[in-house]
Order: sequence, then C-alpha cells, then structure tokens
Amino acid sequence: MQSIVEFKNIFKSYPGVIANDDVSFNIEEQSIHAILGENGAGKSTLVKILYGHVKPDSGQILINSDLAIINSPSTAKNLGINMVFQHFSLFESLTVAENLILGMNENISLTKLKDKSKTICDKYGFNLNLNSPISSLSVGQRQSVEIVRSLLNNPKILIMDEPTSVLTPDEISKLFKIIKNLVKDGLTVIFISHKLEEIINLSDYVTIMRNGKVVSTISTQNENPETLGYKMLGYKVSKVKHESNINFSQEIFNIKNLSTQSKDPFTINLNKIDLSLKKGQIFGIAGVAGNGQKELMEILLNENDYEFSGDIFFKGFNINNFSTFQRKSLSISYVTEERLGHSAVPEMSLSENIFLSMNHKSEFKKGDFINFEKINSYASDVIKNFNVDTPSYHVKAGKLSGGNLQKFIIGREIMSNPQLLILSQPTWGIDAGSEAFIKKTIVELSQKGVSIIIISHDLDELLEVCHQISVLYEGSLSNPLNVEDINITKLGKYMGGLFD
Amino acid sequence: MNIDLVIGILNIVLISTTPLVFAGIGELVTEKSGVLNLGLEGLMLVGAVTGFITLVLTGNYFYSLFLSIISGVILSGLFAFLVLNLMTNQIATGLALTIFGIGLSAMLGKKFGGTPIDGLNPYYFIVISFLLVFFVAYFLSKTKTGLIVRAVGENHNSAYALGYNVIKTRYLTIIFGGVMSSLAGYYISICYAPMWQEGMTAGRGWIALALVVFATWKPWRLLVGAYIFGGVAIMQMNLQAIGVKLPGQFFNMMPYLATIIVLVFISSNKLRLKLSAPSSLNIPFEKNQ
Repeated sequence: MQSIVEFKNIFKSYPGVIANDDVSFNIEEQSIHAILGENGAGKSTLVKILYGHVKPDSGQILINSDLAIINSPSTAKNLGINMVFQHFSLFESLTVAENLILGMNENISLTKLKDKSKTICDKYGFNLNLNSPISSLSVGQRQSVEIVRSLLNNPKILIMDEPTSVLTPDEISKLFKIIKNLVKDGLTVIFISHKLEEIINLSDYVTIMRNGKVVSTISTQNENPETLGYKMLGYKVSKVKHESNINFSQEIFNIKNLSTQSKDPFTINLNKIDLSLKKGQIFGIAGVAGNGQKELMEILLNENDYEFSGDIFFKGFNINNFSTFQRKSLSISYVTEERLGHSAVPEMSLSENIFLSMNHKSEFKKGDFINFEKINSYASDVIKNFNVDTPSYHVKAGKLSGGNLQKFIIGREIMSNPQLLILSQPTWGIDAGSEAFIKKTIVELSQKGVSIIIISHDLDELLEVCHQISVLYEGSLSNPLNVEDINITKLGKYMGGLFD
Repeated sequence: MNIDLVIGILNIVLISTTPLVFAGIGELVTEKSGVLNLGLEGLMLVGAVTGFITLVLTGNYFYSLFLSIISGVILSGLFAFLVLNLMTNQIATGLALTIFGIGLSAMLGKKFGGTPIDGLNPYYFIVISFLLVFFVAYFLSKTKTGLIVRAVGENHNSAYALGYNVIKTRYLTIIFGGVMSSLAGYYISICYAPMWQEGMTAGRGWIALALVVFATWKPWRLLVGAYIFGGVAIMQMNLQAIGVKLPGQFFNMMPYLATIIVLVFISSNKLRLKLSAPSSLNIPFEKNQ
C-alpha cells in the first residue's frame, strides 16, 4: 500500500500552547485512519493544517509523495481533500440545493446537480430533500448534507472531525456503513475521535496524540478500548461509583406540563415536559444536541423571560416568575454550557467572577461596595477545595484551561451550598483528569443530599453518574429510565424519538 | 383633482425618489455580504461635488460621471480597507466616512456654490435605477456569484471553510455600494438640482440606510419603500400648496419622521428582523491562523 498523505515534522504553536509538536506520520491510501487524543491534544489543529485552514509554523505535507503547499481551503479542495466539520459549515437560511452548489468547485446547473446528488444519495443511502432550508433539518440530516456536499467534488481524501458526537447510536452505525462503502470505492478517510470503541470498530489504523505529540501510529487490529485508552492518556482513569437502588422519597423539584410556542424556526418548541426530582438524586437529560436542551436550560435559568406555559415547582413553591437571582437565593445553582462568556467573564479575575455570580448574597457587599476580603477568601477556598491549577485569584478567567475553569465554576456554585444544582454539558471539551474529578464531585455532592440535573450529549458520562435518565427528542422528554435497567439499544431508540 | 395634477405629482415623485433607489440598492448589496456601511451620506456628497466640479471645469458629462464614480471607488475602497483589513469597527468607521465626506465636499465645492450648469435629463437615470433593481434582484437570487455574496453575509466562517475569499467578496460589494452612492450624489447635483450647495443631499443617505431595513433586505421591497418615502417627501409640498395650516418646519421633518416611525414599527417585530437580516452583518471576519 502507498502513502497518500505524509506529515513531516509539523510544528504549530499558539501563544502559551504548543498545539502540534514535531508531528510525523503517514496515512495509507484507501484506509480509514483515526486520529485519537484527548481534548486539546492537537488533533483538530493537525487536520485543519491539512485542510489549509490553519498555517503550520514549520513542517511539510506530502500528498502522493509530492510536496504540497496548502495555504487555503480552496487549494486543499483542488488537491482532492475535503472536510466534514464538527460544527457544521452549512448556511442555515439557505436551502439544501444552495448549500450543495456552494460546496462545489465547478459551476453546475441545478438540474445537473439534482442528478449528481441523486446518484450519490442512492448509492450510499442518504435521503435529502433539496428544497428544504437547512434550519428545518435535524442534526443527523445536516451531517448528511455536509457529507454529500463533500462527495460531489469526487474527493480522494475525506477528513471527518468528530462526526459521531452529534448522532444517535442508530445514526452512528449507519454512518459507519457508509464510510466503509466509500473506502471500498477508493476514498481515504481521516477520522477524528476521542471515543475508543468507535475507533476500534471502524478504523484500520490509529495515530494517538497526547499534548501535541504523536505517541504512536498502530494498526487497530490487536487493540481493545482499555489498551487504547491507556495509550491516549498515559494513565488509567478509574470510574466513579454510586450506590444504586436507593429509594428516593422526598420530592424537591418538579416540572409540570411545560411547553413553548415560539415562532422562531431556529428554536425548538418544548412539548409537555414533566419531570420529578427527588432529594439526593442525579437526573440526566440525554439527547442529541439541538433537541430543545438550549430552550429548556433557558427556562430553568430564566435570564431572558423566555415565554412558556406549564409550571415549575421548587420545594412545593411555584417559581415560574422567579428571576435568576431569586432562584439562586432559593439555593438553586446553575452551571451553563458556555464557560467563557456565560458562566464566566474571560477578561475579569476569578474573584470578580465570584462576585458576578453571587451578588445576590449580602455577605459579599458592604453597603453598595464590594466586600473584596470575603470574595477573595471565597475564591481561594474554591481554588483549594476543587484543585484549580492557578497561581492566584487575580488571574483572569480567560487564562485558565477549559478543565481548570470548569472546576472553578462548578466549585463556585457548590460552595454556595445549593440544594439543587443544574449543569449543562459539565465535562464538554475538558481533559480526562478534570473530567474524572468533576464526576466524582457530582456523585459526592448527591450523597450529601443535593439534587442534581445534568443536561448532556455524552451518554457515557450520564450512564456513569446518574440515577435516572430521560431523553429529550424534538422538544419532548421521555419517561425516566433507571440507570440499572438501561440497555444501549433501548436508549438508542429513545434518542431517535421512539418513546411515547 | 385633475389628471394633469396627478401626472405632475407622479413626475415629481419619480424624479425625487431616484437617488434613494441608487443609494439603497448599493447598500443592500453591501449589507447582504455582511458589512454595514453608514458612510452613504458622505459618499453621496463627495460623488455630487466631484461630478459637479468636473462638469463646470471641463463641460464634459462623461468625464464628470466617470470622476464621480471614481470618487466612490476610492472612498469606499478606503472604508473597505479599514473595516476588512484593519478590522476597525464598522459603525464608527462608517460615521467617520460620513463626517469626512461632508467636510471634504464642503471644502472642494466652496468656490462652486451657485455656479449655473445645464442639467442632464433625469429620465435616463430613472430608467437605469429600475433596471438596476431588476439586475440586483436577479443577481442575488439566481446567480452563483450572488449566492456566494449571500453565503458570505450569512456565515463568513463557513464560506471561508468552503474555500471562498470572504475579504475579496466584501471588497467588491462595498465598492459596488460606494459607486451607487456616488451615482445618487451625481444625480442630485447634475440632474435633480442641478447645482451645488453644501450638504445638499439633506439626509437622503440616512433614509436610504433605513430603507434597506424597511425592505428587509429584498430588492423589490426596497423599490416600493423608496417610492413611499419619495411620496411622503413630495406630499409635504402639496399639503403646503393646498393650504394646510401647519408650521413649515413640520412639513420639512415629515420624511425623517416617517423614517423613524417605520423603523420603530419594523424593529418591534424582533423575530422577523432576525430572520431576514444577514447573520454576519456587522461582525468582523478574522481568518484563524
């Protein structure tokens, strides 16, 4: 077999981080080559360099043994390299047909495009309606548009950046079949993932990256998730354990018949959501992104007076009309999905960020002035108790790594002694060490009697931490499932909307 | 009301509305690509004075039209360089362009105020303005280049990721908008007035900007909107002629008052505005390296 891509000594640094450090490896023609690594290991940077989206500081790329200078995505496409992005590069307000035309190198008439895309769709089993606007499509359908758009250019190499992170288990197995057929027909696929089982199931070879460096490039044949995981992290991560079969009795929070009727086509309408949460319980809300998670969180937080019908009760009180700070005063705490810009202000110091979230508490104020003494001591307690790696609380929030900042934010909320903690994507995009610490913290907190709601796309995380899980699909919430009697097939069906 | 009066009024409306159509359709294309240019008023004034001075000095309509267009290319090119390459704030830069244009045109035109010239027949320009709206509507909805302009305005990061040159596209749409504004100015000083007077565009650049929002970024609606505004402006004269007893200042402010009322009305429906506005409007584009 011949190498179609050769990375030679690729080096790329950003202020304060080395994203790629002397990366060299080869990718064989007509193979599925996975790139595995933790968040921040440099996988995305590397493929963006191959796609011409990012310029390397030094190093070379050889395509078919010829030196290639790829300084823009259009050069990459002329070389037959196409990419399916993790966060899609589709135009929401345009139709599928318009999006396909925009992705093509050549000029093409609409009828010819229809023929061409139909051939591809029939051959590989995609189902597209060319006239629908992108905003009306599900996440899985959007991915199909992205893939078909790449295939229309007859690429030789297709890069897929975490393609499964937004799909249901059913959609994932469909996608894998398609990828295998494409490779049979001559395509080379570069597949980025941090999910070990997927890589073993799908790919022929895997390059493991850690802290910007290549650990090794191996065949996946003799690997299993444990061995691969150890190579990726360099250490073993132990799973958290929580006691199962506890009988929760005291109801602390519930939602009754919650619905929204927004006319904005870019939002999902919630449909008669019921939820009941007991003291000390960890409740997971699973589901593919874009099924109403954002809207539900919006209503739970109540920052923007989002309109809804139905009732929300906390300890028996109706809190429908309570503002965010009133809800916080009732000891409900929140950790939102966006760390920088929502949970924390990047340009402000850690202690200032404490005040912004806690200013409903009188102890942090002296009259109309900020009580910095109290805030600083609170901040240093958070840093100490939650293993936040930072020299002091004067450091700006934006300077912390994702994992450290998340530990700080969760610590900030937990230290205020909440009775209900609502978390959205708590371990999204952070390193495995911080992830394990946060999961452990959440479980310990529930053992102290705090109730917790976790909204997450990450099934493994929910299965590990939660007592009960419901699935959100197109704005409807499924009945809760006890984690002990969940199997992945059933959960997969739920995530595809098959529940009543 | 006799038929001559109606025809007379329609005639005046046609003649007085055309600059709004030119400036508005240019700005519409610029905004479709995601750039907000608040410098229309300045561009119009400089286009007006450049054309006027050239005509007085050379007596040649072609030269005057050509130089007026060149003034638009230079000034909007400068604006494009500032907001696209140096990534200055679009709003501040646009306002600066307007202030600069007002000052520059006043300085250049100081000696030429009140100089008599032979005006051009406005009907050529009126016909061109209708063709232009048709052309822009066709270009944006039917051609691939038009689709690229919309894509760049919708999501510049995706457009870049697909291999399109965001900066180049925006340079071209900004310069197109600039040239259209100069033409609007040229029309005012050469056909409509025809004369030069400091600040003679009298806020038409601002009304054109409001028109783009009023039209929810659709060319045909812009044409309709422009004639409604033009009609309001003319109505004031007729109301005064009929003898409605209100202070003259009240009539003068009517077009601007109408602009404010329409904008308030349109902005009240946030959803519609959000759905029709180009999503990348006024957001600077930075290549990640």
